[in-house]
Amino acid sequence: MVKVLMKGNEALAEAAVRAGCRYFFGYPITPQNEIPHYLAKRLPEVGGVFVQAESEIAAINMVYGAAGSGARVMTSSSGPGISLKQEGISYIAGAELPCVIVNMQRGGPGLGGIQPAQSDYFQAVKGGGHGDYRLLVLAPATIQEMVDLMGKAFDLADEYRNPVMILGDGILGQMMEAVELPSEDLSLKIPSKPWATTGAKGRTPNIINSLYLDPLELEKHNLHLRNKYEQMRQESMGETYKTEDAELVLVGYGSAARVAKAVVDQGRARGLKVGLFRPITLFPFPKDDLQKACRQANDVITVEMSLGQLIEDVRYNLEFKVPVHYCGRVGGMIPTTRDILAKIEVLANLQGEGEKV
Amino acid sequence: MLQEIILAGFGGQGVMSMGQLLAYAGLEENKYVSWIPSYGPEMRGGTANCSVTISDKEVSSPIITEPNTLIVLNRPSLEKFEKDMQPGGWLLLNSSLIDLEPQRQDVNVFKIPSVDIASEKLNNSRVANMIILGAYIQLIGAVSLESVVKALKKVLPEYRHDLLPLNRQALELGIELARKVL
Repeated sequence: MVKVLMKGNEALAEAAVRAGCRYFFGYPITPQNEIPHYLAKRLPEVGGVFVQAESEIAAINMVYGAAGSGARVMTSSSGPGISLKQEGISYIAGAELPCVIVNMQRGGPGLGGIQPAQSDYFQAVKGGGHGDYRLLVLAPATIQEMVDLMGKAFDLADEYRNPVMILGDGILGQMMEAVELPSEDLSLKIPSKPWATTGAKGRTPNIINSLYLDPLELEKHNLHLRNKYEQMRQESMGETYKTEDAELVLVGYGSAARVAKAVVDQGRARGLKVGLFRPITLFPFPKDDLQKACRQANDVITVEMSLGQLIEDVRYNLEFKVPVHYCGRVGGMIPTTRDILAKIEVLANLQGEGEKV
Repeated sequence: MLQEIILAGFGGQGVMSMGQLLAYAGLEENKYVSWIPSYGPEMRGGTANCSVTISDKEVSSPIITEPNTLIVLNRPSLEKFEKDMQPGGWLLLNSSLIDLEPQRQDVNVFKIPSVDIASEKLNNSRVANMIILGAYIQLIGAVSLESVVKALKKVLPEYRHDLLPLNRQALELGIELARKVL
């Protein structure tokens, strides 16, 4: 296969088609517009359906319907649009239906801005809508990884009967990078879905619902969901970079992790033992891998394009054993290697002084 | 090698495609590349710009705040980006449309009246951007002419491939003009 130069949004859209996605319902918003733009042309070519709905709320409910009938379906949006979709996402999680939701994050709150940010972290990993539920959240850092995770996202959604979110940002959506697309698998088999509403002729009807008026029944359902989220732990993924001897570990995901990786090399060139841990799944959070990566660390710094959201999960998953510091920019600004290096040097100097005492 | 390039001009002058050509050419030479447009709300006739990175190493953030090469095709772009340049970098400017002297003394400047040259010598002002791109190839040497020509075949839609020779001519003209100043 040859590498081609593709915009993140377009590469993701093509990867979705190659993963068997045939239905897309969405509503435009920057910085993810190339996804619907691309799929509007591409899906009819493969016998699929593209609908630009009248609103995000309509779009997510169309996803609910298509998922209920057993189709591979997705939607995409950015911050404000994802907020509008939360009601539907909660229903889909409650009804245990598989689908993929893409959020190319931009700055918030409210309308915020249109430049890249990671400020929807909490919304993505803590559920987002009402009720006790979780999404599987995948956070690619390159366009190649975004493409590779697309097939995985649909597989995980089917396996767990749960919505999966791809949490990107304006950088990953808008940039062009070299990418190798998976080959089109014409014999792709989507797992059978005996629960789907495909017409009840000759069998008892399947019912898709999220309403449980009997509290005992709902509790049973809630506990079943919890067990499912517990099982998802085995899907956790993370990447380590030069953490074997790292006394200071940077933790970041997505675009912020790209900057952090460059900082590791620059820090090492200055003789600082720096490493990087990059969670690829944000829910489930790769707790064991994080702890392993930080086993020699005196300090941990989260590099994030949010005001201290990732840091809460890092502290919690490190069980408060290592001091965790924050370094980030927000509102559409990107942290620079210079900012992060400065923070590292301050901490390294403090460590040095501590040893003298 | 790390080239962090900002290309800027009016919408329609071809800065986005110049950037894509550079990124594709870098890819042809097995380098790490990235391209990202400014995607803010822009008005018709306003300025457009993109950031291109060509590197031996993985690209960290594709958004460039301090370019070591700046290619500007109109005056507002010069005014906006000149101050951010890294010292010792290259500033390539289209003097057909920019009647302003660069302020920076610590960067290399190459001024070229690319629109006039394109009109006079090639009878087509729309390849002015290719003349500047040719100058870039000669001055910086980050990518070769052949790689850019290969990239052209990918960036130009097939029904425009009749324009390949003209674009090549414009690139070669830029290379020749830049060679004279080196």
